[in-house]
Amino acid sequence: MSEQELPMAGDAQEPSGNAAGEGPPPAPRQIEASSVRLVTTLSVAGALAGMAIVVAFQYTKPRIDANAARELAAAVTEVLGGAKTYKTIYLEDGKFTAEPRDTAGLDKVYVGYDPNGQPVGVAMEAAEPGFQDIIDLIFGYDPAKGDVIGMKVLHNLETPGLGARIATDSSFVDQFNDVSTPLIGVKEGQGKGGHNEVVMITGSTISSRAVIKIINDRLTAIQKPVDAYWSTIAGTSSTGQQSATTSAGRTTSTSVAPVAAGAVPSPGGGEL
Amino acid sequence: MRETTAQEDLLRGIWRENPVLVQLLGLCPTLAVTGSVDNAVVMGIATFFVLLGSSVLVSTFKSIIPKEVRISAYILIIATFVTIADMVTHALVPDIWKALGPFVPLIVVNCIILGRQEAFASKNTVWRSTLDAVGMGSGFMVAMLIMGSVREIIGNGSWFGIPLFGGHYQPWIIMILPPGGFFTLGFVLLAMGWKKGREAEAVRPRRWPHGVTTEVGGPV
Repeated sequence: MSEQELPMAGDAQEPSGNAAGEGPPPAPRQIEASSVRLVTTLSVAGALAGMAIVVAFQYTKPRIDANAARELAAAVTEVLGGAKTYKTIYLEDGKFTAEPRDTAGLDKVYVGYDPNGQPVGVAMEAAEPGFQDIIDLIFGYDPAKGDVIGMKVLHNLETPGLGARIATDSSFVDQFNDVSTPLIGVKEGQGKGGHNEVVMITGSTISSRAVIKIINDRLTAIQKPVDAYWSTIAGTSSTGQQSATTSAGRTTSTSVAPVAAGAVPSPGGGEL
Repeated sequence: MRETTAQEDLLRGIWRENPVLVQLLGLCPTLAVTGSVDNAVVMGIATFFVLLGSSVLVSTFKSIIPKEVRISAYILIIATFVTIADMVTHALVPDIWKALGPFVPLIVVNCIILGRQEAFASKNTVWRSTLDAVGMGSGFMVAMLIMGSVREIIGNGSWFGIPLFGGHYQPWIIMILPPGGFFTLGFVLLAMGWKKGREAEAVRPRRWPHGVTTEVGGPV
């Protein structure tokens, strides 16, 4: 058996030579292979496969990460209007901070700054079930006014032409550019003119209502810590103080300064 | 098995033995991701890449893979290529990768690929297996392109995302929904069968069912 195998194994390393010369396919092997050989073959194949995947992963990972970062940056800009840079802040022990002990598994939102270093709002991602699948969206929130200032659906599998209009129909999406919270969904023609009303898409009530519920639920969950964080950064920035006052604390001084100075983005942030 | 020429190996997968339209293999992605031509073509390219890579490796190593574990070994090879295809798609076309969802990883269980390894690559030379894989992969792409074109043109009024009718067309949304996949596949197969029937008719002398005469004044 080994006599038969050795030349074949040699062939295998040179596929080009093998390709032209070999005639009829080799006769099926009569002798059963030993279990050691079976295990060895699969182990070697598995190891090689693993290495191939690792190599491919290393080549594609930077690009995948860059794509994700660009997509996020574009989404934050879109929902925060004039934001030029943004900074990621993490919810740790019920309070938002730019520098948690460990970012893994922490809830996070993005604070957007305009070119002058003034905070313009907070962008947050949220997801909940829609009509067919989870609707994944990001929306901008202005804690100063308590308003939603922009919304973009990142991922949805709603019915094309009906529910999917939550992502594409500008007459629906644009309503989120300036609306008070908590949002209320109203049917077309039945609104009372309130500033927190969102007119739902006719024929897509479930998807429209899901978007409204996602934003309301997300705000209910983290509005307090977001507002608390906002009062610290808005206070220092509006006075033009880059270095923190005693009341603002360490977090504020380290996080606002690099963004406001227009220098290298702070950890977790990015240039838009 | 009859010996085939290299040309036959290459060409039969594209039309005469098209894996989707004739062998009816790999129908899952054919139905699921042909809602737009973009998705269908990227899926076709990914499947082509996996099929070609697996066929080359399987035919290269066919004599050192013990037959008792050949299926496991084939799946291992296929899964490796699928994982690479998934990561490359994610890196190069993130939007389409998102739209394809689980269907790129599911290439692992596409019957076309394992079927070609077992039926062809494990018994033929590397060169012949390469031709076969190119043919079958192209055949799959052709089928995806036909399905995607029909569905996107009728269901969305566009082709490769380019609007065709300039706003004067009310899209048949159902064609890009799941039922549209079944309708389209049904009609495409109907057309294939009709064409085959005509070709067969043309070469074969017409034969009436038993008991029917063809003379003038025959059965009324």
